[in-house]
Amino acid sequence: MVLVALLTGGLFLPQWAMFIVTIAFAKALVALGLMILLRAGLISFGQALYYCLGAYAAGALGRFLGIADIFVQMLAGAAAAGIAAFILGFLLAKYRGIFFGLLSLALSMILYGLLVKNETLGSTDGFNILPSTLFGTRPGPAWVRYAVLASAAVVSLGLALVVHRYLRTPLGRLAPAIKDNEIRVEYMGASARYAVHVIYVVAAVLAGVGGALAATTVGHIDPDMAFWTTSGEFIFITILAGTGSVVAPFAGALIYEIIHTTAYDLSPNTWQLSLGAALLIIIVFLPQGLWSLVSKMSTRYARHP
Amino acid sequence: MPAILDARGLCKRFGAVTAANEVSAAIEKDTVVGLIGTNGAGKTTFINMITGYLKPERGAIEYEGRDITALPPREITRLGICRSFQIPQLYGSLSVWENMMVGIGIVLANAGQGGFFARGRIWDTRPVPGYGRPAAEVAEHILERFGLADYRHRNAQVLPGGVRKLLDIALTMVAKPRLLLLDEPTSGVSAQEKFGIMQMVLEAVRAEGATVLFVEHDMEVVSRFAQRVLAFYDGRIIADAAPEVALADPEVRRHVVGRARAAHA
Repeated sequence: MVLVALLTGGLFLPQWAMFIVTIAFAKALVALGLMILLRAGLISFGQALYYCLGAYAAGALGRFLGIADIFVQMLAGAAAAGIAAFILGFLLAKYRGIFFGLLSLALSMILYGLLVKNETLGSTDGFNILPSTLFGTRPGPAWVRYAVLASAAVVSLGLALVVHRYLRTPLGRLAPAIKDNEIRVEYMGASARYAVHVIYVVAAVLAGVGGALAATTVGHIDPDMAFWTTSGEFIFITILAGTGSVVAPFAGALIYEIIHTTAYDLSPNTWQLSLGAALLIIIVFLPQGLWSLVSKMSTRYARHP
Repeated sequence: MPAILDARGLCKRFGAVTAANEVSAAIEKDTVVGLIGTNGAGKTTFINMITGYLKPERGAIEYEGRDITALPPREITRLGICRSFQIPQLYGSLSVWENMMVGIGIVLANAGQGGFFARGRIWDTRPVPGYGRPAAEVAEHILERFGLADYRHRNAQVLPGGVRKLLDIALTMVAKPRLLLLDEPTSGVSAQEKFGIMQMVLEAVRAEGATVLFVEHDMEVVSRFAQRVLAFYDGRIIADAAPEVALADPEVRRHVVGRARAAHA
């Protein structure tokens, strides 16, 4: 039902709004990954690493193999991010708190450095992505944006459902316990390091899909996707949204994109100021994020129907 | 009676302090054993070595005929040895009920019941190993036995000290331990409540068939509940006998009981 609403609603959006919504989906997927990390008490300051890897995996498919199918791109993004996170996870799963955060930041900046020096991948300029195709067909110019948006909606909804399910699995329930007391987790017979490793890979896969989606939406990728300010953007969205529900990152990302676009439109030189002010207001008045408004309202409604 | 646990010649030093000096003890199945001794005598070190938190420098620990000396805590837990802590180790931000559910989730995952990614309905349908009943019933049953049922929706962080202590022990029960190590189960509990709490805990634990080792400073609690006493002094076991014999031993009186009395006076 949600999907039908999204798809029909999408038909009536102007082209520029379709772009904003699609980018919001891409960033929300990264924030969704940050949310499950945050539930285990981990903040990654380097999630742009996987966002960028996903984007470059999607881009490389087109550049070297001539493949531009949206779903294949997202699969490639997921695979690239997943494999990288699996390997790096052996190192990162040992660390907690600020060490985890800064190590993840350092790793993303290493990727940034590598991409900047790499001429084959366009160095600082990056390169353009082939126009998106969908199951081998190329949608007409008027329909490309809608096709990408629809694919984004389908994939995001699917992944949100998977994460929603995950929250009820033993691992999903274990995450807050790891945040609270790792000693007890070990003495109950579970490996906190293994659990963190798995959660880290899942979060990376989500970011990889988001990166591929962003690449195909924008049509161009460059190393800035791995820069630390990009990671900051994702943390911004996660804090803005709150960790109450899998819907929160999507609402958060959409609001972020709207504030971002409006602020940029109104004052191209000081748009960061408006974003900063918005975040300050959220932190002061809604420390649990925007989603706490929804949960507050629903409990109030439950009490006085 | 067969020994469930057999520790032989355990040695452990921290710098100049000898925390365990040739400690040997065989624990028979279905017994309740009290560990006594002054602070620093080596009781908790003994427990920490059995549960894998510390590795002994020498010696070996056998559990149900299997060498567990080199295993990490989680492996030892999976084999059926659980422990409670002197300072309760809970999941502070979660409710009492969620604390239990996290534990049951680990048990289900370890038992290969769909692993960590099992679908949501495992909570309702899959029997918890050792109990043969679904998760909610097992949690209910354990909370009931420990008198915690009324606290189920409270956050673990805000519970009174005695209740935190009980929850700490109740959590170990979800794994259905065959050997349970209780580190000062009644510390921080008022003198009047001690006997009642100890009674409840031991009944709950023995009903599930666990052999119990408990560390205790109150000699009245020890003589009433322990079937056998291991008295520690300076990293050694200086007495290993029934409570009335051990507590009357001159060396134990000098090093352990006398000091405990003095500390209480």
